[in-house]
Amino acid sequence: MKVLLSLIKKEFYHIIRDKRSLLILVGMPIVQVVLFGFAISNEIHEAPIAVVAPNKSQKVLRLLERIEVSSYFHIVRFLESGGQLDEVFKEGEIKLVLLIDKDFSRDLGQRKTAKLQVIADATDPNTATTLTGYIEAITNRFAREGFSPLPVGKQMPPLIDINVKMQYNPSLRSVFLFVPGIITVILLLISAMMISITLAREKEKGNMEILLVSPLNPVVIVLGKVLPYVILALVNGWSILLLGVWLFGVPIRGDLVLIFGEMLLFVLTALSLGLFISTKVQTQQAALMISLIGLMLPTIILSGFIFPIESMPLPLQFISHLIPAKWFLIILRAIMLKGATLHYVVKETIILGIICLVLLGLAVKNFKTRLE
Amino acid sequence: MSRINKNYIVRAKNLTKRFGDFTAVNQINFEVEPGEIFGFLGANGAGKTTAMRMLTGLLKATDGDAHVAGHSINGSPEKVKYSIGYMSQKFSLYDDLKVYENIRLYGGIYGLTGKQIRSKIEDILEELNMTALRNKLVRDLPLGWKQKLAFSVALVHDPAVVFLDEPTSGVDPITRRSFWELIYRAARRGVTVFVTTHYLDEAEYCDRVSIMVNGVIEALDTPQKLKEKYHARSMHEVFVHLARKEQ
Repeated sequence: MKVLLSLIKKEFYHIIRDKRSLLILVGMPIVQVVLFGFAISNEIHEAPIAVVAPNKSQKVLRLLERIEVSSYFHIVRFLESGGQLDEVFKEGEIKLVLLIDKDFSRDLGQRKTAKLQVIADATDPNTATTLTGYIEAITNRFAREGFSPLPVGKQMPPLIDINVKMQYNPSLRSVFLFVPGIITVILLLISAMMISITLAREKEKGNMEILLVSPLNPVVIVLGKVLPYVILALVNGWSILLLGVWLFGVPIRGDLVLIFGEMLLFVLTALSLGLFISTKVQTQQAALMISLIGLMLPTIILSGFIFPIESMPLPLQFISHLIPAKWFLIILRAIMLKGATLHYVVKETIILGIICLVLLGLAVKNFKTRLE
Repeated sequence: MSRINKNYIVRAKNLTKRFGDFTAVNQINFEVEPGEIFGFLGANGAGKTTAMRMLTGLLKATDGDAHVAGHSINGSPEKVKYSIGYMSQKFSLYDDLKVYENIRLYGGIYGLTGKQIRSKIEDILEELNMTALRNKLVRDLPLGWKQKLAFSVALVHDPAVVFLDEPTSGVDPITRRSFWELIYRAARRGVTVFVTTHYLDEAEYCDRVSIMVNGVIEALDTPQKLKEKYHARSMHEVFVHLARKEQ
């Protein structure tokens, strides 16, 4: 026990005295939270649009007013005709052009179908889809309730009245989605990447041999290497969680103890990966490359952290099942945002547990053969 | 305490290591007396490192056995570990720990008490004339100093035998000389020194030398007797004679 403590102390000296690892441990989480929280965002806010309205009647102006006050759009230009469209899009500022038919008011007044054309710059398909969706919603509502030719009480009831509610995240803030993702990536970074690198370093510099010649039990040696990173990973995970709550108002609706337990399970899985990698490589460089390319990249792309798994081609969807981060992300989002109890995430937890056991088994087996 | 190997601190009997079809160490036998400086020579790939790794418990023997400090490497490897020190050719201190932190760490690993560790730190720093450097990071020391410190650290728990795997590779002759003075001092205190080296002038400093060729011990005697036997003026000639014979 005393030996274990002195090994852990030594590991903390390594971390504190190495600027690179200190930067990864302290700088990375903060940068990620700020980057994903503030800069990278799927939300639309005051998107600049242009309007073609040959006939600026009162009804048209009221519609435009609706669009302007929505805070999703900002009308920056009025165009003479649709002919300028190409030119406007090429300039790049304007993402969407609204063409209002010259008979718009008349048709609406006569309860005929009023014509409106929406043209979006689809070089960025995601933004284009979102923008047109918002425009549609605003104009539909305008047509239904905002403009009514009949006096109150004699309105025709709409045939289907769709009432959309965005459950768990009513204002559709993407930071709610990103905070669990960042936690996942940071936990993996520290538990898998840092552990594989620090073990590879011990091997590369020949210290591992000395430790193995000593009377220390190999289990103690590994624990002494691994525990500091487990502690750091958990501290970091919770710091991001708190940052998310304080800075962005990310809700934690579920049980904190459950979150802690699931985090521990994921950290254990990640460190098994780190151990496994370290048994396969001889140098820190190799450990770093394998961790980055073989671990971080697939995790960020295939775990559902940024890109939805549902929209991936089938082979990639299949691969994503093998990525532990995917399951942890599902679990964490469910607990944090939906307030799910263990009952609801038991399937994902079991899958994660199985992956963990397999990886841990592989790591231990490889570690042993190396000692032989 | 009536042990057959009472007079020998290291005793290998038919010690063998095979990797698949390849026999790296082929049934070697030798004894080392307490307090002896025992040189373990051989060309690259002759099997000396493999033999040493078996004696230090880093590798399991395929066949045969060895007793180190009275304990079998097969039967009670854990007891062997407490009785030996080891310094590898990859220099083995932690670069980013201070001089005294390295000593403290290894003292802790070998189960020394806090009091023992504190007095060890003073002893070692004094012996190496490094008292002023106690708070320096090891990476800032010259290579020769690091090697001396690594040697002292390998002896921190007063082992009966210390295994040195090419301890002086990469340093100049003067530094090597002063390193060997440390080895002599340890041997005078009764520590057995088991050393592999590439430098054949260092072989002359050993009490006895064994020369391994292709996994077997080709010659084992004092440097003086070996030179007489092979009509050589130096250990270098002895070594070349034996190594060439095999080709």
